[in-house]
Amino acid sequence: MDILVTQVFNGLSGGSILLLAALGLALTFGQMGVINMAHGEFMMAGAYTAYVCQQLLGSAGVSLLVSLPIAFLIGGLLGVVLEATLLRRMYHRPLDTLLVTWGVSLILQQLARDLFGTAGVDVAAPAWLSGPVEILGFAFPRSRLFILVLAIVAVVAVTLVLKLTPLGRRIRATVQNRQLAESAGISTRRTDMLTFFIGSGLAGIAGVALTLMGSISSNLGTSYIVDAFLVVIIGGIGQIKGAVIAAFVLGVAQSWIEYSTSASIAKVIVFALVVAFLQFRPQGIFQVRTRSLV
Amino acid sequence: MTSIFRSRYAVGIGFLVAAVLLFAVAPAVLTTFRLGLLGKYLCYAMVAVGIGLAWGRGGMLTLGQGVFFGIGAYLMAMHLKLADAGPGAVPDFMALISSEGVPWWWEPFRSGTVTIIAILVLPTLLAVLLGQATFRRKVRGAYFAILSQALAAAFAILLIGNPVATGGSTGLNNFKGFFGFSLRDPANRQMLYFIAAAALLVMVLVARQLMVSRFGELLVACRDGEERVRFLGYDPATVKTVAFAVAAMMAGVGGALFVPIVGIISPNDVGVVPSIGLLIGVAIGGRTTLAGPVLGAIAVAWAETSLSEQFPSGWTYVQGLMFMLVVAFLPGGLASLVKWRRTAKADPPPPPAAEKDLTPEPAGGAQA
Repeated sequence: MDILVTQVFNGLSGGSILLLAALGLALTFGQMGVINMAHGEFMMAGAYTAYVCQQLLGSAGVSLLVSLPIAFLIGGLLGVVLEATLLRRMYHRPLDTLLVTWGVSLILQQLARDLFGTAGVDVAAPAWLSGPVEILGFAFPRSRLFILVLAIVAVVAVTLVLKLTPLGRRIRATVQNRQLAESAGISTRRTDMLTFFIGSGLAGIAGVALTLMGSISSNLGTSYIVDAFLVVIIGGIGQIKGAVIAAFVLGVAQSWIEYSTSASIAKVIVFALVVAFLQFRPQGIFQVRTRSLV
Repeated sequence: MTSIFRSRYAVGIGFLVAAVLLFAVAPAVLTTFRLGLLGKYLCYAMVAVGIGLAWGRGGMLTLGQGVFFGIGAYLMAMHLKLADAGPGAVPDFMALISSEGVPWWWEPFRSGTVTIIAILVLPTLLAVLLGQATFRRKVRGAYFAILSQALAAAFAILLIGNPVATGGSTGLNNFKGFFGFSLRDPANRQMLYFIAAAALLVMVLVARQLMVSRFGELLVACRDGEERVRFLGYDPATVKTVAFAVAAMMAGVGGALFVPIVGIISPNDVGVVPSIGLLIGVAIGGRTTLAGPVLGAIAVAWAETSLSEQFPSGWTYVQGLMFMLVVAFLPGGLASLVKWRRTAKADPPPPPAAEKDLTPEPAGGAQA
């Protein structure tokens, strides 16, 4: 029982991190078809934002809360710059956006190494997030609970924005039928830019959350990007709810297999499971049914 | 018809020039050390030929060629380690960290014949399995790219996680012999270079035959309109799987030759980053052409060596910029510049239809 609760919690916690990383991708990859390999480096930028905030402000509790909106802005601005300079001209070549953004990610990583050094840096967790909290006789680390809550808040916020606000309506319209949206008077260019801003900003927030998990270094993004893309694929293109389910399923599965085998074998088994899953549902858990052939 | 004739003529000449350069000029002007470096570039070029076929012609953006390269390389490295240790003995690195002896799945590779067969068969088999599992279910475009990337990530983690069997993050190194020949002897090192050069030329010939054959036309057709190919009664999944498997086999052979030439193989050579790094040469050279990937891969590998000697961190910036600029602004690679010049110079402009048959433009997986 003890082990069951611990493993499920570890899985949910891992899943919430994956979800934070994948939520922005679900917007940019899922809704716009752009494969942003630099998404992981936007997370890294968010993590270093938290580090710089702490160096400037000193107090761990204040700096964490301050760095969340700043990281959102920085991640979002990086995304907008990328979209406006390079990706805008490449929407008809989605596979090539992968390679272009890979180049961006290489440069951002090297930039981080030159600015902050190759060794990892630590961001101290605030006092109110250190240590465990007792729920029903089980001890849960506060920082992991915080990430779980943060992930849920982010999902709810994105869902509300997509469902209720005029911006969300424009985004959904553009995704469903770009030309029709344009002829209805929606500026698809501005919509694309704003979608990219929100998606990349979420990466920044994910980066801040990751500082609670351990020291941060320039390859922070690379360790999450592959899994985050798998989450979007399993969830189904353009589906936030699919990403949520996929992230938690992947997290729990990973944690269980890791527990019964080893971390390296678990990666291989999870990969095989993903390929097997795509045999049954090549379009992911939730698929948008269309009559198009491609 | 003139253009086809001219193209065949040009390929023959180009092939002869390449053979003379590789077999006569390079050994005469380069030191043993530089010749070894060139041999290493040739190994990358072998992978590039396969990528050109799968990505340039078939539209399959494979980010996991490092896996096939790595399988070939590790198989060869295992055999060399076992052969160095002698019959029945335990390789040196293994004896240092464990007393359990050689893992059972190492044992078959004491035999050179088994190793060579495995190098040819295992990467191909894995590619066929993955290709059937994905292409048959119409998993393609970005989905396929990300799956192949996940495969590379899993492979590297698997290698690092098993230090006893694979040397962990240090990898396998310090090989003394190659099928009975000492690797210390410069003559034998030159022989290895010749083997690599010959293997590369054979692969280029194979790729050329595949490209001009009916299979090659089907492959391009699958890239540009998979559903139409299906309607015509062909099976795109098989066509794509074959191309992917050929690319994997080429990568495996490249990896196997990489090990004795370079003298080390580690997860740093086969993970996600090096796997994607293999693509930039292909993109620069011209992904849809025959010679472009080869020349691009050799040029990029050469630039990497000479630049990282002088500016260690500068190379990453250069590599990143190349990915950004070449792919965004010159998707056809340098080959498209050459072609454009040639078309501009030619007196009678070639009929557009014939030109299109010979030089398909990259579609970039628009159906993703």
